[in-house]
Amino acid sequence: MTSYAAAAPVAVLVAILADLLLLRTALVRSRAWWTVYGIVVGFQLLTNGWLTGRGIVRYSDAAILGSGRIVFIGDGRIAYAPVEDLAFGFALVLMACAMWVWTGAQMRTPR
Amino acid sequence: MRHASYAVMLAFVLLGTLPLHRYYRLSVLRHPLRLLMSIVPVAVVFVTWDLLAANSGQWRFDPAQTFAMRLWGLPLEEYAFFVVIPLAGILAFEAVAVVRERRRTG
Repeated sequence: MTSYAAAAPVAVLVAILADLLLLRTALVRSRAWWTVYGIVVGFQLLTNGWLTGRGIVRYSDAAILGSGRIVFIGDGRIAYAPVEDLAFGFALVLMACAMWVWTGAQMRTPR
Repeated sequence: MRHASYAVMLAFVLLGTLPLHRYYRLSVLRHPLRLLMSIVPVAVVFVTWDLLAANSGQWRFDPAQTFAMRLWGLPLEEYAFFVVIPLAGILAFEAVAVVRERRRTG
């Protein structure tokens, strides 16, 4: 199976393409989205640091860029979490917000 | 208590974002169908990814820090994650929209 290190950037690409071409919500071209993401990523580092720093979630060293070692920063980790998690979180929240904007537009213009 | 470690993180996210709804007078929670249509498809994709990765050993969850209930090998908290985080993201998105609108109109 594709490693997390390979899958995470693909998820970002898919989310951006869905936002721009499929849903045509173009959030990544708006200042509002990047403000939201700036807030979200701060809280992600905090909450994900809890999940990974305490070892609630543990990663196989074969799947991630860094080794399996849990460190605060370095060795492919930021705030205890594999850097791949940042890509994962970006894709998840972008997709949710884009779907929210898209469904809102669909419901305002019923066909 | 240690079994609640993952659940505590989810509760923290909800405690930090649900008050935005009242504070900024958002209407997000008044549109349950729209919320469902936004969150479920995204959750299905990410849960599928999660199941494939967890079952191939890319990551695992500490049984001592999650509740015992499992569905297809994942703790229930992990499924809740894919509802809580998108909801928190949408609440943040709408709160930012309100703040930006207020600034624009003064």
